[in-house]
Amino acid sequence: MTTAPERTEPTPLAPGAPKSGTTFLGLPTAPRGVGHLRGDRSFPDAARGALRDGQLRANLGHATSTIRAKRAAVVGEVPDWEQLRQAGKALKTATMARLDEHLVELERQVTARGGTVHWARDANEANAIVTRLVQATGTDEVVKVKSMATQEIGLNEALEDAGITAHETDLAELIVQLGDDAPSHILVPAIHKNRAEIREIFLRTMPQFQGPDADRDLPAEPRRLAMAARTHLRERFLRARVAISGANFAIAETGTLAVVESEGNGRMCLTLPQTLITVMGIEKLLPTWQDLEVFLQLLPRSSTGERMNPYTSMWTGVTPGDGPQEFHLVLLDNGRTAVLADEVGREALHCIRCSACLNVCPVYERTGGHSYGSVYPGPIGAVLSPQLTGVEDNASLPYASSLCGACYDACPVAIDIPSILVHLRGEHVEAQERTTPEAVAFKALSKAMSSPRLWHLAQRAAGLSRFLARGKPTMPSMLPPPVSGWTRSRDLPTPPRETFTQAWAREHGAQS
Amino acid sequence: MTSAREEVLGRIRTALGENRPEVRVPRDYRTADDRPAEQLLDVLLDRLEDYKASVLRCGPDQVGATVAAALDTGLGAGWDPGAVVVAPGVPAGWRPDGASEDDGRPAVELAAFAATLTGIAVAIAETGTLVLDGGPLSGRRAISLLPDCLVCVVEAGQVVGGVPEALHRLDPNAPLTMVSGPSATSDIELQRVEGVHGPRTLVVVLVA
Ligand code: SF4
Repeated sequence: MTTAPERTEPTPLAPGAPKSGTTFLGLPTAPRGVGHLRGDRSFPDAARGALRDGQLRANLGHATSTIRAKRAAVVGEVPDWEQLRQAGKALKTATMARLDEHLVELERQVTARGGTVHWARDANEANAIVTRLVQATGTDEVVKVKSMATQEIGLNEALEDAGITAHETDLAELIVQLGDDAPSHILVPAIHKNRAEIREIFLRTMPQFQGPDADRDLPAEPRRLAMAARTHLRERFLRARVAISGANFAIAETGTLAVVESEGNGRMCLTLPQTLITVMGIEKLLPTWQDLEVFLQLLPRSSTGERMNPYTSMWTGVTPGDGPQEFHLVLLDNGRTAVLADEVGREALHCIRCSACLNVCPVYERTGGHSYGSVYPGPIGAVLSPQLTGVEDNASLPYASSLCGACYDACPVAIDIPSILVHLRGEHVEAQERTTPEAVAFKALSKAMSSPRLWHLAQRAAGLSRFLARGKPTMPSMLPPPVSGWTRSRDLPTPPRETFTQAWAREHGAQS
Repeated sequence: MTSAREEVLGRIRTALGENRPEVRVPRDYRTADDRPAEQLLDVLLDRLEDYKASVLRCGPDQVGATVAAALDTGLGAGWDPGAVVVAPGVPAGWRPDGASEDDGRPAVELAAFAATLTGIAVAIAETGTLVLDGGPLSGRRAISLLPDCLVCVVEAGQVVGGVPEALHRLDPNAPLTMVSGPSATSDIELQRVEGVHGPRTLVVVLVA
């Protein structure tokens, strides 16, 4: 055991980064130049394009309303849902309070069962570890189970640079990969594509449809498209020697890892190859086997709206004669400890990636996932990404919300996303070294947004300025103070006719 | 140079500081289901069918014949018993004549079989879930994965009400697979399609 380092001398952040506040205790955030936590545009700039894309909005609206209804039905049939939710929240809080001890125990258990545990400070280190492990097997291709952590660190790109091909095997990930696109939803990464668009991608890219003799009869039906994917991947599963997965849960007490999925692609990857490499954020941990009873009830109902997802795989280290005979677990920090250092923001680490908050979010429903610029979109992305990267690198995300509170109500572990958003807005302001007019304006906005009454007043003021802008694409700098201090230096997108909150209330019935 | 391990653990200690919160976890959710066994069987059947599994009920002395009927359902009449692979611990009375016992061949070769017959470790009524544990009755993980039709025999004593009771009965270090209906995807317009990479047909023989 080492003793805690001195807490007086913070190590510097990434070069060029503004000094952070005292909150982070100098803990490094996720490095720049690798992975997918930062967009190349601010949220308002990216969202503007998405809002004009009628097809995208139709696809998203259909998908999110379908899944909202399914979730509501299966959550409604659980009489003790609220008790499970509070247990989930408390369990995650308890886990974080003893995270170091639980990680050491997990390492001990996995090692005792024939696995090897690796620690990665950041994305670069994790990518290097995985690349080295794959190279050691002598193969140049791997199959992958959908994993947010490996997307976060840009593992596929790192493998490609080393001449290793990574085949995504989740249907939606496959659609995204073949379409040379980016995921836009945690659970359904291709939620922005409809069946006709998917058919076109498959016909254009899958080897089975190429060549003069290929049978190109592929109707745009979900069943037929799924069968095309099955054919495409079958051969790859059977020949794969290495698989890479994420993990939904890891049990410290027993060393058990769990992957929750639907299609069976996860089972293929976790069962058939000789070598399995699992990349897991250090926050995915649960202390005891019993704790899983809470999360295996919360997760499927919240994510796919099913009582239980079709397949959950659990394994500990290596089982002789059954499944991979070599198992590596890579434990990833990449900014998580910086999040942990923030007493308000650390709750974002409780997230079990169910995506319920995306599906109920009026902002997400209209802008889609790509606008957030990070693999973590929607309400959770708005609080997690800026903390992982440092708020200066995702400064617009804490403002990508109307603070309506629907995300909090839907969250199976009761993460108070609106409060973290408001907290981060204040943080962003404090991060400004000088008291610029922008900083003052943001601080005022943050204050207004933290109070429903002030926020509605401010939104009505914005509605007025839309009228003044007379349909011009951006508003002139004529907002009342303090916002005028901000708009003086830049164009603000013209606010929509309705605020998100108003549109939500109109379309879904009034909310509190 | 500090190792990544020491550094990450050190960062966690720095982040948490001296005063770590003591957290009490409320466990006032349901941990037992006291509905009568017969009712749990009905719930299980309902949930299984809801997720497009076929269910055949039979008495303890009719398992063999019902397994044959299950294979008729999954493969169509006239199936070849040699194309059915059986987990090593499945009782002789359940097995179709001429079925192949899993001989430990390389996992990918199991893809050549048309159907699989296994028992299970635990079934969860509330969620329609069968849990296979890698033991002799469930077989290794690959046999319930590669053939396109899976027939599972569930005995009444294996059925529990909810998730907590099921986890309590299981060995956390066994290779566990929880199966709830046939494999499925909702990735295209959120429309559920049964059967992607795992078995496209799941037939359950419920012995009670
Ligand atoms: S924040 Fe909550 S609702 Fe959103 S994805 Fe995470 S667990 Fe689900």
